[in-house]
Amino acid sequence: METKKLFLVHNQLSKLLSSLNQSGYQCIGPQVKDGVIVYDVLNDVRQLPWGVRDLQAPGKYRLDKTANPENAFGWANGAQAIKPLTFKSEETLWKVTRDENGQLAFKSIDPEAKPVAIIGARPCDLAAMLIMDKVFIEGAYKDVRYQARREKLFTVVVNCTAPSANCFCVGANGDVRAKDHFDLAMTELEDGFVVEVGSDAGQSIIEKLSLQPAAIEQIQTADQRLEAAAQSQTKKLPKGDLKEKLFNNLDSEKWNEIAKRCLSCTNCTQVCPTCFCHSEGDVPALDGASSEHKRLWDSCFTEGHSRLHSEVVRDDTAKRYRQWLIHKLGTWADQFGTSGCVGCGRCITWCPVGIDITEEAAALCSEQEKSK
Amino acid sequence: MKPRVAVHKFSSCDGCQLAFINDGKVLLGVTSLVDLVHFAEAGPVDPYAKVDIAFVEGSVSTPHEFEMIKKIRENSDYLVTIGACATSGGLQALRNTANAEEWFKGVYAHPEYLDNLKTATPISDHVTVDLELWGCPVSPKQVVTAVRWLLSGVQPSFPHDSMCLECKRQGNVCVLVTQGMPCMGPVTKGGCGALCPSFGRACYSCFGPSENPNTTSFGNRLEGLGLMPDEVARRFMMIHSNTPEFAKAGKHFKGIPVVEESKEGGN
Amino acid sequence: MFDPYLQHEAEIIERIQETDDIFTIKLRFTDPEFNKAYSFHPGQFNMLYLYGVGEVAISIVSDPTEHEMYSHTIRVVGRMTKGLSKLKEGERIGVRGPFGRGWPVEEAQGKDVVFVTGGLGCAPVVAGINYVVQRRSEYGKLKILQGIKQPSDLIYQDRYDAWRKQPDTEVLLSADKGGENWVWRTGFVTSCIEGLDIDPANSIGMTCGPEPMMRIAALALAKKGLAENDIYLSMERNMHCGIGHCGHCQFGSAFICKDGPVFPFAEIKDLICKPGF
Repeated sequence: METKKLFLVHNQLSKLLSSLNQSGYQCIGPQVKDGVIVYDVLNDVRQLPWGVRDLQAPGKYRLDKTANPENAFGWANGAQAIKPLTFKSEETLWKVTRDENGQLAFKSIDPEAKPVAIIGARPCDLAAMLIMDKVFIEGAYKDVRYQARREKLFTVVVNCTAPSANCFCVGANGDVRAKDHFDLAMTELEDGFVVEVGSDAGQSIIEKLSLQPAAIEQIQTADQRLEAAAQSQTKKLPKGDLKEKLFNNLDSEKWNEIAKRCLSCTNCTQVCPTCFCHSEGDVPALDGASSEHKRLWDSCFTEGHSRLHSEVVRDDTAKRYRQWLIHKLGTWADQFGTSGCVGCGRCITWCPVGIDITEEAAALCSEQEKSK
Repeated sequence: MKPRVAVHKFSSCDGCQLAFINDGKVLLGVTSLVDLVHFAEAGPVDPYAKVDIAFVEGSVSTPHEFEMIKKIRENSDYLVTIGACATSGGLQALRNTANAEEWFKGVYAHPEYLDNLKTATPISDHVTVDLELWGCPVSPKQVVTAVRWLLSGVQPSFPHDSMCLECKRQGNVCVLVTQGMPCMGPVTKGGCGALCPSFGRACYSCFGPSENPNTTSFGNRLEGLGLMPDEVARRFMMIHSNTPEFAKAGKHFKGIPVVEESKEGGN
Repeated sequence: MFDPYLQHEAEIIERIQETDDIFTIKLRFTDPEFNKAYSFHPGQFNMLYLYGVGEVAISIVSDPTEHEMYSHTIRVVGRMTKGLSKLKEGERIGVRGPFGRGWPVEEAQGKDVVFVTGGLGCAPVVAGINYVVQRRSEYGKLKILQGIKQPSDLIYQDRYDAWRKQPDTEVLLSADKGGENWVWRTGFVTSCIEGLDIDPANSIGMTCGPEPMMRIAALALAKKGLAENDIYLSMERNMHCGIGHCGHCQFGSAFICKDGPVFPFAEIKDLICKPGF
């Protein structure tokens, strides 16, 4: 959708919020909580992380003040992407009751499908959600709960002008700027945002704000900032066919080296915006009259993930880390036609021992070149 | 006929038995489904009654307990240990590697009145245990689910995944990564619902080692956060000092050489 | 909207104890319309739900034209299957399915068919054999190879006898270690493949059992001259959802639940028996 770019000054943000509220959306946006940026219900633009930036390093996340207290998006990303909005960490899929004759009645639990507007999703969050769409709604079977939430999600992407030291979206074939599949995309400048409309829904919201067109200088400044942000990223994934490179190294000693450091604690998979593994299980009521069938986020780093009867297929950390990495960077492409990594860097930041996926992938892939 | 159930207490603080009592709805639910024939904390006393299911809290710390657990086992079809003490020896197992005699002298005016075994050990050191429920205290949710499954004739089963998995599902922010707290989550079994991190505190591993814990790498990380080796050792040697995984880690970081197993690191 | 996660109530109409730890349940959906509309392909599986406990993937062994009841033969290997084994006739469970890719029984029409199975109670392949035997004239030569560890493991003796009576059908039983009264072959079942009288260019192989056995069988059939795409294996992993969402059953690029459980050898030969996959 080619429309002219508009400019939203900072003090018009609350108008955007009320416009969304009036259209029936509950707004979710970034805010500081427990020393980190989290997405939570946004009732007031004053809740946004004004003048805050994040300092990320392997295994480390701290917040700090930026030079500009007037900016609300001077940070890279928080503890979670927008994944929990559509794929809940824990939810009841269906309930079953059993009567005195032993008859079972199954009832699908309807998804909470309130219209939600996410304000300040990052381009990497959006890229990850498009991948999750392939998993849950673009295949032969659709997850009705995911679909209901996804269809009612309004996305306001804020392009990334302040990547962290762990970000590598550019080095993962992504970009600091969202190109499509958003309702609105904004790039923050000193005094406001250059706004791009990406959908009819976006158009109908933005119309109510009577914004001025963005000046050429504003558009140029936004482009420069995004270009500088992209340039600032130092990490990257290796180039080429990673599936082939990794599969050529299935027996590398490197996996065991990583396993010496890896805690198999599952944190990387739980913060990853594309990890979709989940387990299912029952929570029966004590009286035996009913049971809830639940779905929980799971991880390929657990023993239960590969349990087959009394055997565990991936019985040590080396096999589990290998499964994760070759899936994310390799076999994912066969399954969903895309890489499973969007370069958000969360698995590096939130790994308690700071294992860096870009370093490990580079070491494994260069090993192959050596052996050739 | 309702299944007959006993709840026994060995060396412990009584806290795990509260899983049955604290929530009135649970207590009423349980009593309507089973016949509680022995549960001293709640009323009925008949320790050697024949039962279908025996829940045992506490470690074996005295000669009396050493004899009693065998009789209880003989009288029970199915035996469940509830809590850290019964399952791994608990806090009191700290005396196993210390000079306990000195402690007794320091604490009691007349230590000669004590009739203790030299060690405090888990129930499974003495008799066959059919199900172990971890935690200090146990998770009432797990106890209730276990009761339900046993009544349905199904072997209960709970994951031994790391606490981090639960913590992330709760939507908590990692206190180790954001604040450098020595949170034991990465090597600890979940089941508590990530209680401590939910309140911004570091986990101290009351549910014991997770499956596949990498205690060496994790201990090294704690050193990186500024803990001295002895402090690292003490993070492991607390409630579950008697588990093989944490005992080994405790020795390692106290500077006592530990013979590395052949599959060290990855396992 | 269709919810593929939702279970459907079914009644256990009949229960047969096959051996100490193998049993068959015949099920009927309690909703007559649903029962009538339900259809599947041999080699596909259902997610069976044990009330209050959970789900487990079990292959369907009855004939797809049979709509009165649907059968599952189950071996007790864990808490779920143990729980299912305790259910009696008249009791209710949940069923959702069918899922996955089954045996290529249509592609095999007019061709020689070789079934190789190892171990006990390998239900998926029984579905395939029954299908072919029921439509015997539509297929060429039929070879059924069953391997067991020791003579005392042999079950379904009457079933083998019945199959053996079919025209142009050979049943080969082989025990890894023989015994005094063992009249059939001794040695690995896969060693029977070499001497089979089949037309390799016009044959389909189907195998089910422990992965090392399936791999050796597939290699032996390939050596015999069968194309790798004409040799099919039934795989198994820890399926939770059955629809390719939960991630547990990944096998390299494949999801066993939706891309399998039946695979042509060519698709999985690089990873089968590779530790960690």
